[in-house]
Amino acid sequence: MAGDRFVTRGPRRSGRLLLALLPVLACALPASAAQPGRPDPLKSGIEFASADVRGMQADDFANPGMLWVARGEKLWSEPAGRSSKSCASCHDEAAKSMKGVAPRYPRIDPGAARLVNLEGRINICRSRHQEAEPLAYETEALLALTAYVAHQSRGMPVAVTVDWQNRRNFERGRDLYYQRLGQINLSCAHCHEQNWGKRLLGETISQGHGNAYPIYRLEWQATGSLHRRLRSCFFGVRAEVPAAGSEDFLDLELYLAWRARGLPMETPGVRR
Amino acid sequence: MDARILVPRAATRGQTIEIRVAIRHPMETGFRFDAMGKPLPKNVIHTLTVRYNGAEIFRAEMGSGIAANPYLQFYTVAEASGEVICDWTDDNGNRGSERAAVSVVG
Repeated sequence: MAGDRFVTRGPRRSGRLLLALLPVLACALPASAAQPGRPDPLKSGIEFASADVRGMQADDFANPGMLWVARGEKLWSEPAGRSSKSCASCHDEAAKSMKGVAPRYPRIDPGAARLVNLEGRINICRSRHQEAEPLAYETEALLALTAYVAHQSRGMPVAVTVDWQNRRNFERGRDLYYQRLGQINLSCAHCHEQNWGKRLLGETISQGHGNAYPIYRLEWQATGSLHRRLRSCFFGVRAEVPAAGSEDFLDLELYLAWRARGLPMETPGVRR
Repeated sequence: MDARILVPRAATRGQTIEIRVAIRHPMETGFRFDAMGKPLPKNVIHTLTVRYNGAEIFRAEMGSGIAANPYLQFYTVAEASGEVICDWTDDNGNRGSERAAVSVVG
């Protein structure tokens, strides 16, 4: 269901197209295309970046994403909402309380009974405990807080689990990952599973992991969320672009986190 | 405006120390247009000065060719304990300041 509205061709038609292209595809794709699954070896996006971008990410001062982390650190102890509580009022020191939190997201929030990512969880805290308005997706404040919280888990492995609670979300995310989309009619897997490591114009195609988000992207000249990055992929294949924070992206985020499990968190990452 | 400044906390007299400054700023070039086609007015940090114990040790005049969130790195000689103060002004007249202390021994 989740991916249906992005399909620009009916399944039958794309099936026929696939048959017509089969000889071409057989030449273009490596043998691993026959065995879908997690890439092996697992490589973080930073391994595909150039030496200067890697250096920028590794240097905590030169890394521009740290400006957002610093902002998040300030926001952490700023009171908000009618309760006049800050994050620190309940969670105290983020370095202790938030360590190991980000790698477990997205997960089902028992209170909200739905899948939430870190941004969503921060907003639940705002409405539930701070009695404040939720922060809109991609706003500076939400990005800063998310970056600050995720930064506390830097170096820890992505550790989402799939269980009876989130299985449906996981399956929807996986289906969306393998769903051909847009006028270009490509799925995520065509680039990030079958052709990672190869060149696409000036870029090396990564395995598409989300372990460094929110990232500072030089193209954006700003820090952005995973959903912003997903939007550019959807736009790139000329598909209808879901909203940031939408259910489709949350499901996809869960599936991507499952693919990336074991990779160390890098927040704030730097990418071109 | 968020900013960060990094100065070694302690240095020996006569030592060359590295000073690093990072400022969050859009550095709007003046060449871009918004979604409605209206030009976005130029807004860059045009002047940045750094003083060490009151004396100016570094000055940068920046233009539209500098990327967003400028990052500067330069060197000075540690002479006496004191404060390194960085001030800047952008085209909208917004000023920012960030400071760090260095203690010099010997």
